[in-house]
Amino acid sequence: MTVYVDNAATTKMSQTAIDAMLPYMTTIYGNPSSLHSVGQEAKEALDAARQTVADCLGCEPREIIFTSGGSEADNQAIVSAARLGERKGKKHIISTAFEHHAVLHTLKKLEKEGFEVTLLDVREGHNVTARQVKDAIRPDTCLVTTMYANNEIGSVLPIAEIGAVCKEAGVPFHTDAVQAVGHLHINVKEQNIDMLSLSAHKFHGPKGVGALYVRKGFPLVNIIEGGAQERGKRAGTENIPGICGMAAAMKEACDHIDENAAKVSAMRDKLIEGLSKIPHCAVNGDLKNRLPGNVSFCFEGIEGESLLLLLDAKGICASSGSACTSGSLDPSHVLLAIGRVHDVAHGSLRLSLCEWNTMEEMDYILKEVPEVVQYLRNMSPVWRDLQTGKRAYIL
Amino acid sequence: MALYSEKVMDHFTHPRNVGVIEDANGVGEVGNAKCGDIMKIYLKIENEIIVDVKFETFGCGSAIASSSMATEMIKGKSIHEAMQLTNKAVAEALDGLPAHKLHCSVLAEEAIKNALKDYYDRNGLPYDEKDFPDCEHCGHCD
Repeated sequence: MTVYVDNAATTKMSQTAIDAMLPYMTTIYGNPSSLHSVGQEAKEALDAARQTVADCLGCEPREIIFTSGGSEADNQAIVSAARLGERKGKKHIISTAFEHHAVLHTLKKLEKEGFEVTLLDVREGHNVTARQVKDAIRPDTCLVTTMYANNEIGSVLPIAEIGAVCKEAGVPFHTDAVQAVGHLHINVKEQNIDMLSLSAHKFHGPKGVGALYVRKGFPLVNIIEGGAQERGKRAGTENIPGICGMAAAMKEACDHIDENAAKVSAMRDKLIEGLSKIPHCAVNGDLKNRLPGNVSFCFEGIEGESLLLLLDAKGICASSGSACTSGSLDPSHVLLAIGRVHDVAHGSLRLSLCEWNTMEEMDYILKEVPEVVQYLRNMSPVWRDLQTGKRAYIL
Repeated sequence: MALYSEKVMDHFTHPRNVGVIEDANGVGEVGNAKCGDIMKIYLKIENEIIVDVKFETFGCGSAIASSSMATEMIKGKSIHEAMQLTNKAVAEALDGLPAHKLHCSVLAEEAIKNALKDYYDRNGLPYDEKDFPDCEHCGHCD
């Protein structure tokens, strides 16, 4: 039995998405820039896909730029806002401490160029408030970039409120919505979002394709030069199969948001309730404003990678913010940002669900995880020290 | 899982010598929870022979496998033979470790030497400090 609960890492493609891609690899293989009929058929598909994506976000098709994924979209959005700010003498950017590295590393690069970055604290409620954003805005702020929902701990940020604050202050607002698109209702106009990044493989679409929504009139800077594709803002022959697969998956996800969220959040709540019974553990993330599919825990006295390997041996494919899984030696910056100390942050587990998971799988997880945690605790000198009082419990 | 060799997975999922020796006469602990690995080794030494060895490890799969393998390699050996154990030998016995996991085998070597040092100390036996490198020398926790 394989129980795949790592949907925040990537999802299985839907048959709808696969079916939507196939014709563009077999018969309609043209380059949309070609004038002949084979090319123009591909162009029609590209236009239709753009319309679909725009409809899902509540924007115009011309406001959608197709990219290679969420990371590229994040890079382009942030660099574009920075260059615009620079021209006006504004070199301050506001973000949060638990962003994805696609955002954090881009900001680091800009810091080296002399930009000043304020990372909002996320310890309170494992989230940020629009008030924090408002208080951080300065006359020289050229961008607010916050994720829509956190990939590790599932907190959903108050995007509409942050959008309103930014609009009032006249500061461009970008959101990395990679974890939210297809799972939460989004309307970029109502929420005053100027730029939004998304990635197809997080909602049963293909890997290697994503999009950047950018409000009409906002000047984008190219990351990739070399052609007139995407209105000159992103060179390279369009990934037509990928784009068509993404559009089909996005429409399918957006058409079923409410029923999927109801089903997935019921499984999520069952896991959170059940796993909370394990002694000396803690749930990570905002419990109220939370992605339907995110379950994130820290277990004291154990290390996350060994937990994942043992769960994998039992057929449970999960993830963790643990250092050892990523090849780096530091635990997840997200867990540290919400205030988990190193000792505890090492013992993390993330289960991310989708609508194809079942309650039977949740029962299986609830049987196996406590056993594996106990097994590892039994061989842990840290756990022994905690039990014998030589070390104080943190959780 | 392709990340680790079959040997590593075998020692990780079926670790040898897990536990505590209540009347151990050499105990060593290295690493810290902050950096994500702690190993504790218990030795029972009689007539300079390691008659029993147990370990407890907080850490990743390769840390647990390295502890298991290292204890197996010194069980029944003399303390002088145990002093010759190297992290390289532990990693080789496990059919290799990924580059960023080599520090786990270093930790295993150090935990055993730490326990042997404790034995020497308890019995007032002379030794050369140079034979017991500090845990910090691997730079893992920097």
